[in-house]
Amino acid sequence: MIAKVLGRHPVGLILSAPYAVYLAVIFAYPLGFAVWMSFHDYFFAAPGAIVDHPFIGLDNYRAVLGDPGVHQAFRNIVVFLVINVPLTTGLALLLAVTLNRVVHARTFLRVAFYVPYVTASVAVVGVWMFLFNSGGLVNSALGPLAPDPSWLINEHLAMPVIAVFVTWKQLGFFILLYLAALQNVPTELYESASVDGANAWHRFWSVTVPAVRPATALVVILALITGANLFTEPYLLTGGGGPNGASASPVLVMYQRGIQQGEPDFAAALGVLLVLGVLIVAYLNRRLIERD
Amino acid sequence: MKVLRYVVLFAGALLFLFPFYYMLIGSLQSEPDTSVAGAFPTGGLTLHNYADINSRVDLIGSLINSGIFTGGVLLGTVVFGVLAGYALARLRFRGRGTLFMLVLLVQVIPFQLLLIPLYVLIVRGYGLADSYLGMILPFAINTTAVFIFRQFFLQLPDDLFAAARLDGAGEVRVLWSVALPLVRPALLTAVLLTFIGPWNEFLWPFLVTKEAGMQPLAVSLANYISTVSARAANPFGAILAGACVLAAPAVGLFIAFQRQFVSTDLGSGVKG
Repeated sequence: MIAKVLGRHPVGLILSAPYAVYLAVIFAYPLGFAVWMSFHDYFFAAPGAIVDHPFIGLDNYRAVLGDPGVHQAFRNIVVFLVINVPLTTGLALLLAVTLNRVVHARTFLRVAFYVPYVTASVAVVGVWMFLFNSGGLVNSALGPLAPDPSWLINEHLAMPVIAVFVTWKQLGFFILLYLAALQNVPTELYESASVDGANAWHRFWSVTVPAVRPATALVVILALITGANLFTEPYLLTGGGGPNGASASPVLVMYQRGIQQGEPDFAAALGVLLVLGVLIVAYLNRRLIERD
Repeated sequence: MKVLRYVVLFAGALLFLFPFYYMLIGSLQSEPDTSVAGAFPTGGLTLHNYADINSRVDLIGSLINSGIFTGGVLLGTVVFGVLAGYALARLRFRGRGTLFMLVLLVQVIPFQLLLIPLYVLIVRGYGLADSYLGMILPFAINTTAVFIFRQFFLQLPDDLFAAARLDGAGEVRVLWSVALPLVRPALLTAVLLTFIGPWNEFLWPFLVTKEAGMQPLAVSLANYISTVSARAANPFGAILAGACVLAAPAVGLFIAFQRQFVSTDLGSGVKG
C-alpha cells in the first residue's frame, strides 16, 4: 500500500527533499513572483510598511517596449551576438578538431585554452582595460593605426571589444563540448570519405560539421544565453555601458532601473521579455540547425 | 600539415595566455609601461602594487569572505546534491520523474529572470543583505553537480546495490559505504566545477553586499576598479595585483586537477 502511494523506496523522498525545497524556494517561487511583479505596480517600501501593489495590466510592458534605453540595449546585444556566436562556434570547432588530432603537448594546449574560462571576469577585465585603454599596449603596438577615440570609449568599437572578450573567455568551455562530440564521430566515416578522394578540408565540411551538429545547436544556445546574461563586462570594462549606452546590455539596464532607480516592476517585465526573446531565438535555432 | 597544426595551436595558445602573462607583469611594475618593449621587462620588478591594493581593499578579509561564500555553496552542493543525485539515480519514489524534469529545466532558466525577484525576496524581504546566507542561498545546491552525481550513480552496476540490500543494509548505509566510495572522481569533478561558480561570481554578491567588510574579493576588486582607482598613483598596477590574487586560487586548482576536467565528464554534465 505504502509502496503504491510513495513508490518502492519512500526514503528517496526524504533524500531528495532538501533539493526539492531549494528548487521551490529559489527557482519556482521567484519565477512566479517575477511574472506577478511585471503585471503590478511594485516598488520598494520601508521595512514593515504594508502597501498596495495594484494590478496594472500591461503598463510595465508598455513602458519597457517604449524605452529608448531598452531599445539600445537590445540593439547592442544583436551586435554582440552577430560577432560572438559565429566567432565562438567557428573557432571552437576548428580548435577542437585540431586539438583532437595532436599527440604532443596536449595538456599544455588544453590548459592554455581553458584557463580564461575558469578565471573570474572581474580579474581578466582588469587586464583587458589595461590592454585596450587609450595609452595601452594594443594602441602602442598599432601606432598610427590606433582607433580614435580609443576602443573602450568608441561607440562603434566598445561592443565588438566586449564580444571578442567574451569569445576569448568562454571558448575553452565550447572547445570541451566539441571535443566530447568528436569522440562520437565514427572513424569509418572519415575512411570512406578518404576512399572517395576527399581532401582534409572536404572531410571537415562533409563529415565533421554534420556529425557535430547537435553539439553546434547546444553551443549556439549556450552562447546566446551568455550574451543575454551579459553584465560584468559592460559594467566594468566600459564603465557602465558607455560610451552613451553604446555597450549597455539588457541585464545592466535591469540593474540600473530595477535596483538603482527602484523600479523592480519595470525590471521584472524587462526580464520576462528578455527570457521570451531567448526562448524564441533558441527555438528558431533548433529548427534551423537540427532540421533533418 | 602536421607542423602547421602545431604552429596554429601554439600561436593560439600563446595569444590566449598573453593576457595572463601581462596581468602578472603589470602587477609587478612600479610604473605602468605600455610600450611593446614594456611587456618584456628586464628588471625593476617590485611587489609594491600588492601592498598598494592591500591598503585600499582588505585582501585577507575579502579572500576569507570569498572562501566562506564558496565553501557554503560547496557544502550545500556536496551534501544535498549527492543525496538528490543518489535518489534520482537509484531509488524509485513518487515524484522522481517530475524532479528530474526540473533538474533539466533549471539548467536552461537564465539567472537574469530571477535576479529582481531574488533581490526583492532575499535582500528586502528576509533582510539577508550583507550576510553570508544571503550570498549563498541562490547557489546553495548546484544543479549541474546534481546532474553529474546522478550520471555517476547510474553507471554503477545494479548487482552491487542488490547485494548490499540483501545483506540488510539500509539505503543511507548503501549510499555511504557502497556508492559514495565508488564515485569519488565524480565528486572531485563536481567540486571543481562548483568552485569556479561562486568564487568568480560578481553580480549576485555585488547586489547583496554593500558593506565593504562583507564583500568577496570579486566584488571589492570591482568596486575598486569602478570607483577608487582614479585616485591611486599606479591604478593599473594595483588593479592587476588584485586581479592576480583573485585569479590565482581558481587557476591553481584548475591546473592541479586539470585531468578532472576531461571532456566526457563535463560533456555528460551539460549534454542532458
